[in-house]
Amino acid sequence: MNFWNDPLKVAAAWLEGIFTGWGMDAVLAHVLVVFLGVFLLITILMVLDIFLVWIERKVVARFQDRIGPNRVGPYGLIQPFADIIKLIIKEDTTPDGADKVVYNLAPILSMMSVLILWAVVPLAPVMLGIDLNVGVLFLIAAGAIGTLSIIMAGWSSNNKFAMIGGFRQVAVMVAFEVPMLAMLMIPTIFAGSMNMNAIIEAQNVWFFFISPLAALIFLIAAIAELGRAPFDLAEGESELVAGFNIEYSGMKFGMFYAGELLHAFTFGGFWAILFFGGYRFFGLEQVSPFLAILILVIKAMLGYWVIMWVKYTMMRIRIDQMLGFNWKFLTPLSFALVLVTALMNTLLRGADSWLFVTGMFLSNVVVGWIALEIARSVARKERERVEGVKAVEAHH
Amino acid sequence: MTAEQIIFLIVALFTLGSALMVVTTRNLIHAALWLVATLFGVAVIYALLNAGFMAVVQVVVYIGAIAILFIFAVMLTRKDLRDNTPQTNKNWWAGALIAVLTFAGLVFTLQGWSGFSKTASAVPLGFDAISQLGEQLTSPTAYVLPFEVASVLLLAALVGAVYVAFNKK
Repeated sequence: MNFWNDPLKVAAAWLEGIFTGWGMDAVLAHVLVVFLGVFLLITILMVLDIFLVWIERKVVARFQDRIGPNRVGPYGLIQPFADIIKLIIKEDTTPDGADKVVYNLAPILSMMSVLILWAVVPLAPVMLGIDLNVGVLFLIAAGAIGTLSIIMAGWSSNNKFAMIGGFRQVAVMVAFEVPMLAMLMIPTIFAGSMNMNAIIEAQNVWFFFISPLAALIFLIAAIAELGRAPFDLAEGESELVAGFNIEYSGMKFGMFYAGELLHAFTFGGFWAILFFGGYRFFGLEQVSPFLAILILVIKAMLGYWVIMWVKYTMMRIRIDQMLGFNWKFLTPLSFALVLVTALMNTLLRGADSWLFVTGMFLSNVVVGWIALEIARSVARKERERVEGVKAVEAHH
Repeated sequence: MTAEQIIFLIVALFTLGSALMVVTTRNLIHAALWLVATLFGVAVIYALLNAGFMAVVQVVVYIGAIAILFIFAVMLTRKDLRDNTPQTNKNWWAGALIAVLTFAGLVFTLQGWSGFSKTASAVPLGFDAISQLGEQLTSPTAYVLPFEVASVLLLAALVGAVYVAFNKK
C-alpha cells in the first residue's frame, strides 16, 4: 500500500501509529484520526466555498454581459475575503421578540445539512467518508434537515415576510422531494444498489445516456430543492423583501448564502455521480486517486454551471403554477418513468449492452413524448376554456 | 463499559430527555422541535444497532414530515403561542399507573426470553441487510401480504383525506 495509491488509508495508519506511539489508547487514536479526517474535509469544503462566491459572481456577470469582481487582487480573486471581513465586522442583529435559540440554530443546521452530504460522496474509488449502503436515501434525509432549518429561520425571526418565505420554501421542498426520490430509484434500479460507489462502478455507460429523462427530472427537482431561480419563491425580493433569511445579518446571513452555494455545487456533484459516471472518465480514475478527485470536481463544476445557467436565464414562476407543475406533471411523470424503467430493465436484463442502452433510451423518449402530448392537450383545453370565458365577457 | 454502551446511554438519555420536553414545554413550536430531537435520537439508536436503512428512513419520514407538522403547529397557535391551562387533567394518576404497569409487564415478559441477556453476535462482513429486507417484503412466502395491506390502508387514508378536504364547487 503506498501513499499515491491509497492516500487516506496510508495517512490514517501513519497518524494512528504516531498517536499510539505517544502512549494513546488504540480506540481513542482511531476516533481522533477519524475526527481529524472529517475536520480536514470540512475545512477544504469551506475554503472551496469561499471561491464558489467568486465563481458565482463571475459567472452571473458574464451572463449579464458584465465583467464582475475585478478590483481586489488578480481577477478579483481576493474579493470574497473582503466580503467575509465585511460580514464579520457587521453588526449582529437579533429582532425583537425572536426565539433566540431557534433563531441562532437555524443557520448552523442549514450549513450542516449541506456538509453532511459529503459524508457519502465518493471522491475516488478508495476515498469516501462512509461506504453507506443507503447512500441514495441519505441525500433525502439530509434534505429533510435543510427543510427544517428553513422553517426554523422563518418562524423564529418574528417577521411575517420571513414566515411566508419559510412556508413557501417548505411547500416547494416537500413537493419536489417526491419526484427526486422517484428519480433516485432509477440509478438504483440500474446499479442494483443504493451505494454511491456501486452506482458509479455500474456506469460503464453513463446513466445519462440510458435514462436522459431521469437526469433532467433530477436536475429540476434539485434546483427546486436548492430554492434557486426559477423556483426561488421563498426569497421573491419584489414581494417578500428577502424571504426566510430577511432578519439575519452578518455572518449568520453568510451561513445561509454560503450554504446555498455549496449546496448547488454539491447537487452538481450528485448529478455527476448519479448520471455522469462520477469520478470515472475512460479509466483515468485508475491511474491515481488524485486524478479521480480532479475528474469529479470538474464534473461537479460543470453541473454547478448548468444550475447557474438555469438560474440566471429563467424567470421566477408563480407559486401555484410551480406546485401545480410538480404535483400534476412531474410527479406522475416520474412515477410512470420508474414503472417503465423497472419493466424494461427486467425485459432487457439478459440483452446485449447496446440493445439495453438503445431500448432504455427509446423508452425514455416515448415516455417523455407522451407526457408532453398530454400536457399540451390539457393546456389547449384550459386555454380554450379561458379564452371562451373572455369572448363571452367581451360580447356582453 | 464499552464505548458502544457509553454512546447508547448518552443517546438514550438525550432521547428520553427530549421526549419529556415535548410534553412539558408550553410552547407548541418548541414541542415540535423537541419531537424532532427525540426522533433523531431514535434514528441514532437504529444506527447503533447496525440498521442503517431504518436510521435513514427514520430521518426521511419523521424529520421530513415533522417539518410539515411544524407548519400546522404555527398555523394553529394563538398570537402569544402560550397556553396557561393546566397540562394534566384529573386522570393523570391512572395514566401513570398504566405506563408503569406496561413497562413492568414488558420487563417481566422479556426476562423469560432466552435472548434477553445474550450478547448479539457480530454482523458478518458483507452482509447486505437491505437486499434481505427487500426480498422479504416482496416474497410471497414472507411478508408480501402485510406489506401490500399496509400500502392499501395508506392509500385508503389518502383517498379519505382528499375526500374530506375536497371542496365541491
